[in-house]
Amino acid sequence: MNDSEKNIRNEFIQTLVQRFGKERTALLPVLQEIQKKFFYIDEHSQQEVARLLNIHPVEVNSVISFYAFLYDKPRGRNTVRVCKNIICNYHGSLEIAKALSTELGIGFNETTKDGKVTLEYANCFGMCDKSPSILVNDQIHERVNKESVLNLIRDLK
Amino acid sequence: MEKELRSPVSQRPLIVKDGKSKTGIGATVSIELNGEKMQVQLGKTILEICKENKIHIPTLCYHEDLCIAGNCRMCLVEVEGMRTLQASCAFPVTSPVKIKTFSDKVRKARKHIVDLMLSEHYGECYSCVRNNNCELQTLAKEYGVDSYEFGHICEPRFEIDSSSHAVVRDMDKCILCRRCVRTCIDLQEVGVLEAINRGYDTKISTFMDKPLADVICINCGQCINRCPTGALHANDPSDEIWKAIEDPKKHVVLQTAPSPRAAIGEEFGLPAGISMTGQLNTAIKRMGFDRVFDTNFTADLTIMEEGTELLSRLRKAIVDKDSSVMLPQFTSCSPGWVKFIEHFYPEYLDYLSTAKSPQQMFGSVIKTFYAKEEGIDPKDIVTVALMPCAAKKFECNRPEMDSSGFKDVDYGLTTREMAKMIREAGLRLPELPKTNFDEPFGDASGAGLIFGATGGVMEAALRTVYELVTGRPVPFKNLNIDVCRGMKGIKEASVKLENCKEEFGFLEGVELKFIVAHGTANAKHVMEMLIKGELAGYHFVEIMACPGGCIGGGGQPIPTSELIRKLRVKAIYEEEASMPVRKSHENPRIKYIYEKFLTDGPGGKLSHKLLHTKYLKRGKYIN
Repeated sequence: MNDSEKNIRNEFIQTLVQRFGKERTALLPVLQEIQKKFFYIDEHSQQEVARLLNIHPVEVNSVISFYAFLYDKPRGRNTVRVCKNIICNYHGSLEIAKALSTELGIGFNETTKDGKVTLEYANCFGMCDKSPSILVNDQIHERVNKESVLNLIRDLK
Repeated sequence: MEKELRSPVSQRPLIVKDGKSKTGIGATVSIELNGEKMQVQLGKTILEICKENKIHIPTLCYHEDLCIAGNCRMCLVEVEGMRTLQASCAFPVTSPVKIKTFSDKVRKARKHIVDLMLSEHYGECYSCVRNNNCELQTLAKEYGVDSYEFGHICEPRFEIDSSSHAVVRDMDKCILCRRCVRTCIDLQEVGVLEAINRGYDTKISTFMDKPLADVICINCGQCINRCPTGALHANDPSDEIWKAIEDPKKHVVLQTAPSPRAAIGEEFGLPAGISMTGQLNTAIKRMGFDRVFDTNFTADLTIMEEGTELLSRLRKAIVDKDSSVMLPQFTSCSPGWVKFIEHFYPEYLDYLSTAKSPQQMFGSVIKTFYAKEEGIDPKDIVTVALMPCAAKKFECNRPEMDSSGFKDVDYGLTTREMAKMIREAGLRLPELPKTNFDEPFGDASGAGLIFGATGGVMEAALRTVYELVTGRPVPFKNLNIDVCRGMKGIKEASVKLENCKEEFGFLEGVELKFIVAHGTANAKHVMEMLIKGELAGYHFVEIMACPGGCIGGGGQPIPTSELIRKLRVKAIYEEEASMPVRKSHENPRIKYIYEKFLTDGPGGKLSHKLLHTKYLKRGKYIN
């Protein structure tokens, strides 16, 4: 990471800390915002957050590793998560998973070459009554089928 | 001045401050412990109550020096009315309760906990450095584990991280008690280790799982001292040392620091606080080391150099009004502290004395002066330093430590590893006769000896500096400067300089103010004071990276606790009180070396080449 990229992140983190405060409790919202903007939380940002919140970098790393939706490795601009719960499975999530994988040309836990999409499994979204469901970024999509998910993917930027 | 409470906010309600009355209404609670009725103080944990009543409760994550974690569940007890078993370490008694500490349910639960830990504990006891001194092993014995009820892992899950010169991490032996995490974050405030991931995938890791050598570890080794198993241990050079001893061409010289002798007895089953100086010398000589020297000699040398440096800084500041002079002067004997300041306060490195630590001074003196006097080629000399310290292993491998033209100190050996070597040699230390150190560095002063305890460097420096300046001994009874002693985190005091010698007239009436801190958490506190400008007017600061000073070092026998550290300190002070020479500048060998070798005196050109060093601005960013 070069200096100008670092500076962009530093300035962004600065504004976040002004917004959320310097308490330990500000850590999660700060990390979520960084993730939203840069899609993952890089080493430099982790250390910068630690410096501003006056905690140890390893503690920031520990929090990121604890939460399944926070990442410290580079990933795509969009994340598509397919529920691997038994109910969704019963209603055809495996087929949907296969369709997504074929359409994007990647396996699960992989990112497309253009950096557009990262494909992942997730545990239950709590949408079993409207299964199968998938999560595209923050948006949940219920009762999906092969055609509808492929349309969703095409709309992604 | 006393440090603030550092336990996490969520745990603070657990700590009930002692009330004025111990018997008044509300001060005590009546409880039933294993059927016995008793009055206990409100707010004491069940574990503490049991300890007072001589009931042994097994613990793993609990450690006296650390905050309560309550994650290992070994200390479970049955509390009547509670649905589940309760962790006694985290259960303050606030109401009349009935407690059973060894009911069927409790015993079964504890055995299952041990079994579950063993199911993921890779490795066998007989191939472990902590064999016979392992808390998990002890518990397995206590609870009669004779088979692996929940299976046993037979393949390693992790790679051993031996990148660091000081600390080796073998996460296959880790039981996730998080003592190392609490040591690193709470006790030392360094922040290298934390638990990462979740559930079964949890492991103790460094920042982004980097090798220990690449992160901001200061090598203090306090985590090793508190690890209940063999997951953390020091990087052991004893094989190479044995090889050097057996090589007839090599002249192997060992220097021993003041702290190992006060603690090594513990490795041979003796209680803490028995000094083994003479026996240790015999053992070292019988093992085949060619010479055994006392690091206290170079501790005296350190005092001469550091004291001279302090006086010259004072002269520059007071007489020359030189504003670039950094005061107070910080000591630089503790390699953990040196790396700590290099990482966390690199912009304040100029405050650090440039004098090397006694270990490194000895290395360069042995490979120059001693080599010349004895007519030995320095390339055939192997210097080994017996230290209570893990960070000394890192220090002797610093690339700039080659002022003799060779690697000044070849190996750093901890007290534990020395004990292992003595056992390998078939010697039983406590039964050996006493012998003295070898010449020409056999004499040391008591001032050098007390380097091992927190406040010792300060006390030794004051004895010398005060006498150099005024021509009189320090105005304390029996030379014991009690304000420097004790286990308080940060100690401060002052001495007034009066009727100074002519050459030090500029110090007339100056109140020499000093601070002593031990443990890097306290050091951090002192550094924050420095940054805020609260140390203006102070002259000298002693900092030791380990709690209690060197006697609590990361290479000392396991276990450690405040009581053990106090006993070791007591042994050092007792031995010191009976020494004939108790001031560094009166050590005849010190006079000799300045007459014969370092002829331009303390702080002179040759001293600067051999006995002083420079520091690296490391910073805390990890790339």
